[in-house]
Amino acid sequence: MSIIDKLNKAFDHRIRLGIMSILIVNDAADFKQLKEELGVTDGNLASHTKALEKEKYIRVEKSFIGRKPNTKYIITQHGKEAFTSHINALEKLIKNG
Amino acid sequence: MTKEKYLQDIAEIKNIMNRSTRFISLSGLSGILAGFYAIIGGIIGFFILQRAQINGYTDSFDRMISTPFNQNTSVQIILVAIVVLVLAVITAFFLTKAKAKKYNQKIWTKQSIRLVLNFLAPLSIGGLFTLIMLYYGFIGLVAPCMLIFYGLACMNASHFTLGTVKYLGLTCAILGLLNLVFIGYGLYFWVAGFGICHILYGSIMYIKYDKQ
Repeated sequence: MSIIDKLNKAFDHRIRLGIMSILIVNDAADFKQLKEELGVTDGNLASHTKALEKEKYIRVEKSFIGRKPNTKYIITQHGKEAFTSHINALEKLIKNG
Repeated sequence: MTKEKYLQDIAEIKNIMNRSTRFISLSGLSGILAGFYAIIGGIIGFFILQRAQINGYTDSFDRMISTPFNQNTSVQIILVAIVVLVLAVITAFFLTKAKAKKYNQKIWTKQSIRLVLNFLAPLSIGGLFTLIMLYYGFIGLVAPCMLIFYGLACMNASHFTLGTVKYLGLTCAILGLLNLVFIGYGLYFWVAGFGICHILYGSIMYIKYDKQ
């Protein structure tokens, strides 16, 4: 297996990379915060969080703050491991390339 | 898929991680100005002490509350310290606000609130500790305690802002410890820590982050 194969397809996108980067260093982030940090539209962000959720890399917690619905995203252990090995693979590629 | 793309990815990840956890709009210039206020405060303090020595005023906490202001060295020095602190905080607030505006960031974000809380928690405990020292009349311990707790507060807060703050904190804490060994030279250590160190590290921050 070459190093390229170790790169995770699920992270092969700027926004997904961004979502994972934020969640790995923060306990949790809500939808609005992710949107502001990454500068993306609602629909765009929603489709990417859904993709990561499907892979079980992040989990979603829905709650209410007052009357407003609030969606919080939290990285899973599985997601942490996957993202770390993705970064390691990136670094290796850069070193060897 | 080229090497540049991967490099760009890594740079982007690092940037987002920093931006989402750290408050990076902290102004270096405000550190430099705070240092100058502290030095001016130190010089005023020096003259207050000198005058007190000539006139033979001595200090204890009882005297501190009963002595009229113009003969009351402790209260005069505390007043100077408070003025320095207030000026430094106001300057830091406005310069940081201006810098945040330049970078299109808000000043009150989750990150900046976390920064302030993590700074104030050890600092206020240390502040109370120092006041109690003053109450017991350990006047020589006041300057070192202020430096040590301020340094620890900076080190604690540095996780949530620019890394230079950690070294500022470390230097202040070490100066505080040295001051504990050489009690009686509090004013000089105070000027070195709150004055010179702030100008030094403020300049580093200014060159490293503000000028871009």
